[in-house]
Amino acid sequence: MSDPMELKAKLGLDVFKPGPKPHITIKPGMEKDPRLKKAILVCPAGLYSENENGAVTLTIDGCLECGTCRIACGKDVLDWNYPDGGAGVQFRFG
Amino acid sequence: MEKFDVIVVGAGLAGLAAAYTMAREGLEVILLERGDYPGSKNVTGGRLYVNPVRDLFPDLWDQAPFERFITHEGFSMMSKDRSITVDYHGRELCREPYQSYSVLRSRFDRWLAEQTEAQGAMLLSSAKVDDVIIDNGKISGVLTGGDDLHADVVVACDGVLSLIAEKAGLRRPGLPGDYAVGIKEVIELDADIINARFNLEGNEGTARLFFGDITKGKFGGGFLYTNKDSISLGIVIGIKALTDDEPSMEAPAFLDGFKNRPEVAALIKGGQTVEYSAHVIPEGGYRSLTALSGNGILVAGDAAGLALNLGVTVRGMEYALASGYYAAQTVLQAKDAGDYGTEMLSVYKTMLENSFVLEDFKNFRETPTVLDDPRILSHYPDLFGNIMKDIYEVPAGSKNRLYTTIRRYLTISEMLSMFKDFRKATKI
Repeated sequence: MSDPMELKAKLGLDVFKPGPKPHITIKPGMEKDPRLKKAILVCPAGLYSENENGAVTLTIDGCLECGTCRIACGKDVLDWNYPDGGAGVQFRFG
Repeated sequence: MEKFDVIVVGAGLAGLAAAYTMAREGLEVILLERGDYPGSKNVTGGRLYVNPVRDLFPDLWDQAPFERFITHEGFSMMSKDRSITVDYHGRELCREPYQSYSVLRSRFDRWLAEQTEAQGAMLLSSAKVDDVIIDNGKISGVLTGGDDLHADVVVACDGVLSLIAEKAGLRRPGLPGDYAVGIKEVIELDADIINARFNLEGNEGTARLFFGDITKGKFGGGFLYTNKDSISLGIVIGIKALTDDEPSMEAPAFLDGFKNRPEVAALIKGGQTVEYSAHVIPEGGYRSLTALSGNGILVAGDAAGLALNLGVTVRGMEYALASGYYAAQTVLQAKDAGDYGTEMLSVYKTMLENSFVLEDFKNFRETPTVLDDPRILSHYPDLFGNIMKDIYEVPAGSKNRLYTTIRRYLTISEMLSMFKDFRKATKI
């Protein structure tokens, strides 16, 4: 298990510019889809979690735009876009 | 209506190489980048091998903002409580021209974008492309931020997911088995400490790959590159392996486990993490390459799947630069012919086939299958570790003969399996 606080601190080092709306959303009705659960394991920023009802939730803040959830879960369960131009993570080292 | 000769989507290495080459030949090029500046959305391990692309951009390399030239190569086989490292260095790696350099993309791409603008290309940052414009089956432009831009041809260099190629109907979303995720920290450390710690002089650099227990038998491995005054440390794991293979562990935990290995912790001690990044990497090689061109469109770099894992060398950036260059050459030919249709643009594939790019992909088409093997990822690190332990151990009593010690591990069935593995490995 990685330490969620440590992960938050690491994400805090990155420069993020807020966008007007979340660029990735869970498609309505897909919250409990097994394909979506894969996102919890693969997301490098730990943005997906499962609540007590077994539904997966996504917090978009801290998204590294890596694309892993789109590959792992597919288009059926996620509405996946990049943030608007100039928004989102801006790597200073890369 | 704005009309250009060519629209390049994405100012990463493929897009910059394409725009640079076309602008130099006088084409009217617009380069669209969704980040605040080129490099702001890009992540590499990483290092760039210059030899394959040196002659494609002869004027570029003298001034390039590389981090360090790599003079120390190494790989470490990690098992649970020990590791074996192979270290390769010496004068032959210290002679110019150096074959590879560590890079940080935010610096490198920004600089390459300046060179590209100096050739006359128009760079528009903070501009995300939302869709492609299709006229009578031909890609004739893109939509960005509510504006439509038109051109004779679009070059999609929008990275590993290539939503542009998908919207153009050239590809489908990638499969988890063909991709890995790389997770990385940039750890700041004084240049003098880096030099002392890695036995480096001046601007020499180290590259080291790690495999074995750090990915818990899953496809992938760790990497370390020294930059001028930082270390790039990260781990790569197959996406399918992350979700399907035991043990079930969240991706960030693999990087933490890797960092906490005593062998690795000692190398980054005292360093300060200054950035955390991640990116999908194409790992399927030749079999998972996607369409390279269509009617009015070319695809280059990661967008076409052009990255290759050869075990001890992992490569992508030089394929991005070269494919961008050949995409540009294709556009130049198409312009002369006044034809940007599917057949004309398929010259691009021929050019790549006649270059190191697709030759490498064909030569190494079996490599992804050979490397994704539990015997390589767990069995051999354990076996060699056990042999090392017994060879080096001096017990309280008498010590066994070395041959007897080694022979204990190399049973007939083990040697048969090794022979089979060897035959498999000859496909690499």
